Amino acid sequence: MSDAIIGGKDRIEKRFAKLKEEGRAGLVTFITAGDPDPEASFEILKALPEAGADIIELGMPFTDPMADGPAIQEASNRALAAGMHMRKTLSLVRGFRDQDHETPIILMGYYNPIYIYGVAEFLEDARNAGVDGLIVVDLPPEEDAELCVPTVEKGLSFIRLTTPTSDDKRLPKLVQNTSGFVYYVSVAGVTGAGSASNEQIIEAMERLHRHTDLPIAVGFGIKTAAQAADVAKQADAAVVGSAIVSKIAESLDENGKATDKTASMVTGLVRELADGVRNARK
Amino acid sequence: MTSSSPKPNSYRTLPDTDGHFGNYGGRFVAETLMPLILELEQAYKDAKNDPEFQKELDYYLKYYVGRPSPLYFAERMTEELGGAKIYFKRDELNHTGAHKINNCIGQILLAMRMGKTRIIAETGAGQHGVATATVCARFGLPCTVYMGAKDIERQSPNVFRMKLLGAEVKAVESGSRSLKDAMNEALRDWVTNVDDTFYIIGTAAGPHPYPELVRDFQSVIGNEAKEQIMEAEGRLPDLLVAAIGGGSNAIGLFHPFLDDKDVEITGVEAAGHGVHTGKHAASLTAGAPGVLHGNRTYLLMDDDGQITEADSISAGLDYPGIGPEHSWLKDIGRVDYVAITDKEALEAFKLCSECEGIIPALEPSHALAHVMKIAPKMSKDKIIIVNLCGRGDKDIFTVAEALGVKL
Repeated sequence: MSDAIIGGKDRIEKRFAKLKEEGRAGLVTFITAGDPDPEASFEILKALPEAGADIIELGMPFTDPMADGPAIQEASNRALAAGMHMRKTLSLVRGFRDQDHETPIILMGYYNPIYIYGVAEFLEDARNAGVDGLIVVDLPPEEDAELCVPTVEKGLSFIRLTTPTSDDKRLPKLVQNTSGFVYYVSVAGVTGAGSASNEQIIEAMERLHRHTDLPIAVGFGIKTAAQAADVAKQADAAVVGSAIVSKIAESLDENGKATDKTASMVTGLVRELADGVRNARK
Repeated sequence: MTSSSPKPNSYRTLPDTDGHFGNYGGRFVAETLMPLILELEQAYKDAKNDPEFQKELDYYLKYYVGRPSPLYFAERMTEELGGAKIYFKRDELNHTGAHKINNCIGQILLAMRMGKTRIIAETGAGQHGVATATVCARFGLPCTVYMGAKDIERQSPNVFRMKLLGAEVKAVESGSRSLKDAMNEALRDWVTNVDDTFYIIGTAAGPHPYPELVRDFQSVIGNEAKEQIMEAEGRLPDLLVAAIGGGSNAIGLFHPFLDDKDVEITGVEAAGHGVHTGKHAASLTAGAPGVLHGNRTYLLMDDDGQITEADSISAGLDYPGIGPEHSWLKDIGRVDYVAITDKEALEAFKLCSECEGIIPALEPSHALAHVMKIAPKMSKDKIIIVNLCGRGDKDIFTVAEALGVKL
């Protein structure tokens, strides 16, 4: 196994260091692995860095995505209906990593599919496939012994979600055991719902910076290049998920199958978002 | 798994401070909700130690719910089956017709103590939805109930009841359109409305402290039954039987008896079309430990950890999980868990209606079906208490359809 492939927090740290050097914020793009089918999903995934994605979040499909809104729920359903499962998700990453050694990949999802796979085996396979970090929605710090601690020991990042309900009392607990970056969920709600105001984001950044030196990525409700640019003025990265996944849905034919427009519609949006993010501080 | 665990001195000390029942339970929720469940845990601790809270709860249980519910000797069913003496704990006589309201009264009093001004709930058969809508009407709080679209079709009388009580019923079209999806949708609402909303979970499952507090509010069933059987028979029963979906009526009856070692306890899951067919809701009998809806517990799922659909004629048992305390009680062997098919439950439904003049809900019909199997094998000096946790009015359309009768 080549070191260039193996996943780890270094790749995330290097990427943020590079962004800092370039004096700009990053764009984090979310797609669900296997949406709308494994092949089309691989085509989209491969095209993301060139379109301007600095970091990729890859959703692990789950039947019961309790913190997700309709767009990402449907993406999960499409992927599962197309026969996606965890081993295929990891081979998708492996295929991507064979050709891209720099763009960090973070798997995002819910705990049960990982728990059933087996934590130790999952971490081994994920690292070897080139996964750099994990975001697991239903594992708060109270459950760190389950997956967070073993992930950190394996050299991968365990990225924590912080939210508008994370106050100064709660934050020290949240930034423990975490590395790579801190994800700020800018609104209390499910993915794809309303967005936060600039003032709210500035206030949250100040609060977070009191507790951590890690880069901060802001997500939830960012749909347009203008919104992404606004966030990129304040934060170290902007995360876009539901809007991208909705583009996939829009591109499908009447039977829900991928079309020749699917990958290009996604990369088109990602280009716009990346322009917004890259020009935000100019 | 069962034989290796040492027997604890008491079965009634859990959960631990992190909400674990052995390997089960816990707090597997999105970070947005963590401060809310920690606040709830503290509020519940305070309420438990406040005699005023207990006094208020007792008042409403007595004058509004109608407790204590009778412990009734089912004489004709006992004769018919020809074995052990059968007693019904008649929680179907409660206001709203099921045990669900015991918990709803407790939780809404807690919600008001915490200054919450809006209530949400999930419901399967609609009994918990009706009970929640009822207490919300009584205390003047707005109420939104999430219900799977599939359940709305098969439980229309309860949907209408909730609306009469002033609740908003939201149809859930996602996933399998039943109870688990209603719970997902309620969690999505809660994560969005963190400031004013209290989530009244209907069963002894979900993130800590819900399994504990729902159990405590439902334990009134077992505490009463214990006193009542001592009065009627001068001794404890030989066997307790209760149906299990999420497991709240069962844990309510069982928990006060867990340390009475001569009392055998059986929980009855829904075997649907038969456990071997794969179309069932028997997560303890045929599932495996996993993590869903805030807790680790036995679940129905595939080998990728994807949750599979449950199937039962009883909408109230149609859930692919189970309360975490039941998972623990199964593993340590304190409680036996068995499964009863739709067909067997329908037979028990008919027998109870015809020989006791009590139309039971389809949920306790599963418990009664197990009693029909086991009572004839027990001697006449043995005593069984079965929890008649709901009445069957809501189920007559489902039963008519299953029996091929046009109404």
